[in-house]
Amino acid sequence: MSDIDLGKRPAANRSGALRSRLTSWDSIILVLTALVLIIASFTVDNFGTSRNFTFMVLDLLPIILIALPMTMIIVTGEIDLSVASTLGLTSSMMGWLWNQGLSIESIIPLCIAIGAICGVVNGFLITTLGLPSLAVTIGTLALYRGLAFVVLGDGAVADFPWNYTGWVTGTIGGGAVPNVLILIVVLALIFGIVQHATPFGRSLYAIGANAQAAHFSGIRVARTKFWLYVASGAVAGLVGVLWTLRYSSARADNGAGLELAVVAAVLLGGVSIFGGKGSLPGVLAGVVLLTALQNALRLEDVSGQALNIVTGTLLVLSVLLPNITTAVRGNWQRRKLRQAAAR
Amino acid sequence: MTVTSDRSAPTDAPLGAPAAKRFGGLLKTRELGIVLALALLVAYTAIDNPRFLSGQSIRDNLLNTAILAVMATGQAVVVITRNIDLSVGSVLGISAFAVATLMSNQDLPMVVGLLAGLAIGAVAGLVNGVLVRYGKVPALVVTLGTLYIYRGITYSWAGGSQVNADELPRHFLTFANDSILGIPWLVLIALVVVAAGSVMMRNYRVGRELYAMGSSPAAAELAGIKVARNLLGAFVLSGALAGLAGVLYAARFGTVDAAAGTGLELNVVAAVVVGGVAVFGGSGSVWGAALGALLLTVIGSALAVLDINQFWQQAIVGALIILAICADRLVAVRIARSLRKRDAHV
Repeated sequence: MSDIDLGKRPAANRSGALRSRLTSWDSIILVLTALVLIIASFTVDNFGTSRNFTFMVLDLLPIILIALPMTMIIVTGEIDLSVASTLGLTSSMMGWLWNQGLSIESIIPLCIAIGAICGVVNGFLITTLGLPSLAVTIGTLALYRGLAFVVLGDGAVADFPWNYTGWVTGTIGGGAVPNVLILIVVLALIFGIVQHATPFGRSLYAIGANAQAAHFSGIRVARTKFWLYVASGAVAGLVGVLWTLRYSSARADNGAGLELAVVAAVLLGGVSIFGGKGSLPGVLAGVVLLTALQNALRLEDVSGQALNIVTGTLLVLSVLLPNITTAVRGNWQRRKLRQAAAR
Repeated sequence: MTVTSDRSAPTDAPLGAPAAKRFGGLLKTRELGIVLALALLVAYTAIDNPRFLSGQSIRDNLLNTAILAVMATGQAVVVITRNIDLSVGSVLGISAFAVATLMSNQDLPMVVGLLAGLAIGAVAGLVNGVLVRYGKVPALVVTLGTLYIYRGITYSWAGGSQVNADELPRHFLTFANDSILGIPWLVLIALVVVAAGSVMMRNYRVGRELYAMGSSPAAAELAGIKVARNLLGAFVLSGALAGLAGVLYAARFGTVDAAAGTGLELNVVAAVVVGGVAVFGGSGSVWGAALGALLLTVIGSALAVLDINQFWQQAIVGALIILAICADRLVAVRIARSLRKRDAHV
């Protein structure tokens, strides 16, 4: 009897693991994304065209890039709400520096550095002073956006060199693949490998699961979090540059409100707000799903604002559904055990 | 067992009292800090331009604070329980549009509008509370989701349309500026809400239970506190007050479209944090949050009077939030140190 049990349990566990993998939110969101893409390209006019593909990639560019470090930050159980304001500040600085007559080649690295400095400030307040990240980044959200307005007021700077603005909106050899897609793929690969295939990446999950235990097992919790915020700031700075070039307009209010869209996409991708859980492929699928839905509905002339209902519902469901299935499965197992005991 | 209780009883009693006093003293300094900052700001601005203290200027500041203070009261209660309600801006929007539509081209009394706003907000808050408690979804996720959902519903309903001031009854529009005993209704309502909220949180059992839930949710549950009921209550309160704020918004501004109150949630959270409510719950006060709302509003008008570039306002608010969290941290560290010292003596 015990032999059978021993032999059976791993098998049962394996099929259970497979089942829980298939019913995990990551997989559901991947399937959902594929379904939306397929259905939309058959039923929505112009959805599958290469022109629309370019627009879609340009639309998802800011969210997907900022989501890369954001995923890591949320996995460690923290949050960064200041990203959109960092984007706005770098956009403002870009316009201001351009007006000062600097060359665009020196402005772009400077702007990324400014973003990184914004991240350093966040990281210092959160890790060195030990302040709660939610409150700190709400503060720097206001601070950085405010500084963006101080730098540029409510004006705009628009006369950026054509070869740069053209590169951001252009495609490779005039074909269907946008230039910025290379950037997305390269950065996603780097972040994906770091998060899922390096000791550093694994340590993020350990920190998110239990920061104290991670600390006692030799992980430098504070230093790790600090560099995540620097990375988040630098990427937000890069996106600020790309945003400015895409619309050929440096404005202080660029990207306002984007932080909530990014957090929504990351959570939708199955990352737990409490940290320790989630994967980058799920997040990428979440971003693509949101952008594709928005794009398809816009082509169908549905108001983009009504899409908010879909976004919000998906966001709540992304946490609610796994909770319900766990509860139902728990109930079912308990009943089975009770029946077995009665027998 | 009797030995331990005998030993702990006499040592706790004399040591507990001064510690509690010291604790209360520190908390007092926290709100005193905001009052001082406010007094300094007002004094400096008034010296520069005495008109800043004129009746009209004070009235404008209070009117501008009222809506934020009403929302900050609800938010403070939710944050004290270690949760957050990001949906308040969207609840204000849906309530403002619904009530404006209800009142337009009809002659309904003001009370109906106020009650409708409260009811809409309460339902929205109940949805949040049920999802947080029974769906076991974190409050940040739920209210970020309903932020989108409530706003989306308002947009689908309103489309591009708006309710204009000329469609609204006169008494509805004059409500914001009408005053009783020299105090505008808007300010009076805010005062009543803040006072009632403060008394509830300070002196009533349910208020103390909400603090206990914020300090340690698990301990509160084990101590027999009706956590589910209290949590739902906190979210319903926050929603209802955001709904009330929606009516006040519609009355004050007269023109309401689907975008009313967009992004307001961050101002409300900022007011609460500046007012000394810790984001991890369990400490802070409703009147502190209301003071935070007042401070944020006065900064805005002081900048205009001092002829400082308006664009500095947001940056200053941001710096103030960070300063407030640092101050809280300092207080917490000091309390922890004094508690450790006390434990070391025992």
